[in-house]
Amino acid sequence: MKALRKFIDKQKPHFEKGGKFQKFHSAFDSVETLFYVPDKVTAAGAHFRDAVDMKRTMIVVFMALIPALLFGMWNIGYQHFLSLGESPDYWTMFFYGFLKMLPIIVVTYGVGLGLEIVFAQIRNHDVNEGFFVSGLLIPMIVPPETPLWQVAVAVAFAVVFGKEVFGGSGMNIVNPALTARAFLFFAYPSEMSGDKVWISEMADTFSGATPLGDALVGNFDNMPSQWNMFIGLLPGSVGETSTLMILIGALILLATGVANWRIMFSVFAGGYIMGLLFNLWGINDYMLMDPLNHLLLGGFAFGAVFMATDPVTGAQTNKGMYIYGFLIGVIAILIRVFNPAYPEGVMLSILLMNVFAPLIDHYVIESNIKKRLKRMKAVLIKNQ
Amino acid sequence: MSAEIKEREPLFSAKNMKLIKNPINISNPITVQVLGICSALAVTAKLMPAIVLSISVIVVMAAANVIISLLRDGIPPRIRIIVQLVVIASLVILVDQVLKAFVYDVSKQLSVFVGLIITNCIIMGRLEAFAMSNKPWPAFLDGIGNALGYGIILVVIAFFRELLGSGTIFDFQVIPQAFYEFGYQNNGLMILPPMALITVGVIIWVQRYYTRDLIEKN
Repeated sequence: MKALRKFIDKQKPHFEKGGKFQKFHSAFDSVETLFYVPDKVTAAGAHFRDAVDMKRTMIVVFMALIPALLFGMWNIGYQHFLSLGESPDYWTMFFYGFLKMLPIIVVTYGVGLGLEIVFAQIRNHDVNEGFFVSGLLIPMIVPPETPLWQVAVAVAFAVVFGKEVFGGSGMNIVNPALTARAFLFFAYPSEMSGDKVWISEMADTFSGATPLGDALVGNFDNMPSQWNMFIGLLPGSVGETSTLMILIGALILLATGVANWRIMFSVFAGGYIMGLLFNLWGINDYMLMDPLNHLLLGGFAFGAVFMATDPVTGAQTNKGMYIYGFLIGVIAILIRVFNPAYPEGVMLSILLMNVFAPLIDHYVIESNIKKRLKRMKAVLIKNQ
Repeated sequence: MSAEIKEREPLFSAKNMKLIKNPINISNPITVQVLGICSALAVTAKLMPAIVLSISVIVVMAAANVIISLLRDGIPPRIRIIVQLVVIASLVILVDQVLKAFVYDVSKQLSVFVGLIITNCIIMGRLEAFAMSNKPWPAFLDGIGNALGYGIILVVIAFFRELLGSGTIFDFQVIPQAFYEFGYQNNGLMILPPMALITVGVIIWVQRYYTRDLIEKN
């Protein structure tokens, strides 16, 4: 580690004012602060609310994603070989999936960070850490066989129109990772939905439909056991299949206080309650599905833990968080059951609520102001 | 009586030319005033309908401006909106009939949007703001200018949407087949209205980059 510090210190003068590479100082800064906590101290008036800076927060989310990512890689291999009717050993499967995922991850980071650096240079501010997590989230929510150029276009769209036009990380209205996925979903539907895309290099005779896809067309024969849903032995996007691994990530996020439990809890509650309501209504087989299945299948858990809890795009007030999360859960299940075009509704419901989050916050704050004014008036009248 | 003869303004004086030039850039109806967005989203999936609609709007707007400008002293202020609407509606019906007679296919694609020119707020806005208080010739130029400003944006949006969404220009394949064999696909999102809105946003972005005066100061 010392050698690294020495190396960075040695390069530093080149990037400072007057140095050869002054133009690339933001790129250098981002690398330096990635490895070491910066020693810059605010000169006048402290602004931070927490000792943990954004890079450290982001790295926690990054680590929380690792279990789901590793399992997802193995699952790509597992599903592939299952469709071929083979069963090689654990490492073969993992390595197969690893090789599928690696190019997507590399392309995502390359395009995303490249654009971030370009914008940072033009706007004369530092490269932001915001893309660090988005860059890992995007590969985890697309099918393993997504063509790389489509990934690149989607990432560029998400970074520019999801984030930079609003002023960069922290100013965005909708979640950039989901923006990328929504772009892919609407722009290239043949690569993003249906029953052919979820298993890589699938044998033609094998049905690659996800359980949600099956459920939408009323086919409940292939429904996996709840245990398999929980472990995640299903076809699907890389990160979303294993609820177990996502829960491990959720524990990391909650233990470190990075994500807010109110949002996570209320998303699950909203989904479960909506599932129960559908059970009561019960006019078709889909509505009668166990509400727990809704939470275990598709991207529900992944969305609830990693997407809905995004502190930038989510609600900020405590009461607002409950409303925001609850509605995400409700709308996700509504879209799943009712909309014949979309087997999965989590992405759309989170994006929709992202847009409404500021409005929810506004009314929560307004009602609080009104309540306090009333109390104030009561006190004043009493004292008269 | 004074013998002064007021000098006649030349037809294409600098002041008159401004009536055409300004709406194309610094007071563009779509990118600066943000009017007429609805039709800009609806008819721009292909280039041909966008051009036909632009021409229709140019005709309607120029004619409506001139007619209202001629009538301006005779219109009672209280019912002026109704009079304006009657004029626009008659012109739109004329245009619609002409389109049906000569370019039936495009007219079918445009469907209700020809009729909806009546409600295009750019036209009503210019009648109220300009034609009601100006002579016919400047009103004519103002109508042409604003409709051109609207049309140009429509055509630019339609160009990008058709190119990226369908890979064609005027229904001719421009993206070579070899691209598709390499795995290129048309962008389905470009066909959908949201992307038209984002395209408008990009045009506004580019325009403000080059015309710094348009950027609002806080």
